[in-house]
Amino acid sequence: MIEINRLVKRYGEKTAVDGLDFTVRPGVVTGFLGPNGAGKSTTMRMIVGLDEPSAGSVTVNGRRYATHRAPLQEVGALLEAKSIHPGRSAFHHLNALALTHGIPRRRVDEVIEQAGLSQVARKRAGAFSLGMGQRLGIAAALLGDPQTVILDEPVNGLDPEGVLWIRNLLTGLAADGRTVFVSSHLMSEMALTATNLVVVGRGKLLADTTVERFIQDAGGHSVKVVTADPARLRDLLRGPDVEITAGESAEELQVVGLDARQIGATAFDHGVPLYELTPQTVSLEEAFMGMTGDAVEYHGSLAATPLGSAA
Amino acid sequence: MTTLTPAPAPAAADTRGRPAYKVTGPRVLRAEWAKLWSLRSTWITLSLSLALLIALGMIFASTYAPGADARGPGAEAADAVAVALGGLNFAQLAIGVLGVLVMAGEYSTGTIRSTLAAVPTRLPVLWSKVISYGGTAFLTAGVTVFVSFFASGRMLDGTDIALGISSPGVVRALLGAGAYLALVGVLGVALGALIRSVAGGIGLLVTTLMLLPLLTSLLPTTLRDNITPYLPSSAGGSMFALHPASDALSPGAGLAVFAGWVVLALAGAAWRLARSDA
Repeated sequence: MIEINRLVKRYGEKTAVDGLDFTVRPGVVTGFLGPNGAGKSTTMRMIVGLDEPSAGSVTVNGRRYATHRAPLQEVGALLEAKSIHPGRSAFHHLNALALTHGIPRRRVDEVIEQAGLSQVARKRAGAFSLGMGQRLGIAAALLGDPQTVILDEPVNGLDPEGVLWIRNLLTGLAADGRTVFVSSHLMSEMALTATNLVVVGRGKLLADTTVERFIQDAGGHSVKVVTADPARLRDLLRGPDVEITAGESAEELQVVGLDARQIGATAFDHGVPLYELTPQTVSLEEAFMGMTGDAVEYHGSLAATPLGSAA
Repeated sequence: MTTLTPAPAPAAADTRGRPAYKVTGPRVLRAEWAKLWSLRSTWITLSLSLALLIALGMIFASTYAPGADARGPGAEAADAVAVALGGLNFAQLAIGVLGVLVMAGEYSTGTIRSTLAAVPTRLPVLWSKVISYGGTAFLTAGVTVFVSFFASGRMLDGTDIALGISSPGVVRALLGAGAYLALVGVLGVALGALIRSVAGGIGLLVTTLMLLPLLTSLLPTTLRDNITPYLPSSAGGSMFALHPASDALSPGAGLAVFAGWVVLALAGAAWRLARSDA
């Protein structure tokens, strides 16, 4: 459990984290989503005490990180890949961390095995690819068998096999009852693994929700209908869980709560001609960009304008 | 990297039945000791600098020729200890630089994040580096200066500056040299923690040990004579001089003053480590 209370971090004039307030609960994967520069990494650094908050507080399992007797047993963190001396081997890196806590050598071998690094554990880490560095960081995070796992952009640089490995790992950890907090700037990745979602932009909390709700709010499973008689169809489709809004043209409707098959059948039964019947697949990426569009720190010169998802 | 292990399912996340790990001072020291020796640069730098110390001592001894026309580096050496320590300037640079690397290297490589996440109280990391590296430097440098004394002393046999190990002050001066080199190593660690950059730390180290005496020589004579003995380099020099110059500090006072400088640097390092974001 991670509790973040009105957390603020300023670097001189710049406010990197601006009053964040949320709780990360055990048992599920919580995605921490935001564009680059939104304050995700800074927040994570404050959770493990690398940065001191300018205001507010953050506790892990009820206490400040630094006051735990065995911090690595409470929180395992992957903050940036390659937090390791290039001249040191993966084994020696992990072993040195283990020695500070009295974690047995057996456990070091275990996490090396688990991260799939057995073949390269004795090689100098400087020769590691980005993906292997990422695996080593994850091995370090798991070393203390922690109750809470924090991973900053864990899929960066991983091949598809590695990405799949991470997904299974995260859901497995959550199923064990652990708290899993994972940052990403890719909504699509989060949609596959996360249950809860914390969205930030420019250091501010934009949403503290579930993936399911986020998809729904983004205009989830709606159907676009173009018909000769929208007023009549509207009456025919009306129902307790059905929401119908006018579309872009006079003939168009957006229907939420019924699928294309049901709408088509109803229209056919009553002889209402349909010109178009399209299930809308909302792009999560677009929904995310729509939400954070104003909060993006660094726009490219050809900044992708938020496409305004179906809503 | 083809091993794909399914998600782990050891120990459920309740606290019962979990091993009771704990961070303790001795454990952090063990970890820092392991880190020191798991880098090739430690072995290379230490052995090279100490080999150089012995080799230069022997070169000084072989070129000892008072009053001769052909002049080598050791031609006018004052005593056998000065000959044995002929390479001290090089050795202190190497040992000091390695000290900077021990600490600032953590910042330049990002290791510091792992280190401080494991030991969030932070200061034990600094003390452990000081003890492990300072201790290593004292032992290895101490042994080396004695080896250098015997190796170069054998070559000085029969000259007017030959000295035995039992001659008055010799053991004291050699131990002083070992202690001086160890303190230079610790100074390097402290400057590395203070500056957090390898290049900056080395620059400050060289300034402290080698440029400061040159700069003070620009001062007016009276002022200079009052300041010079207390500079880190001069105070340190008093620690291993067999016959200190008349205006220099006594060996004991030299040790106290030089150690004082190192403690000052360490205090600054501790303050920065504890206070500012990693």
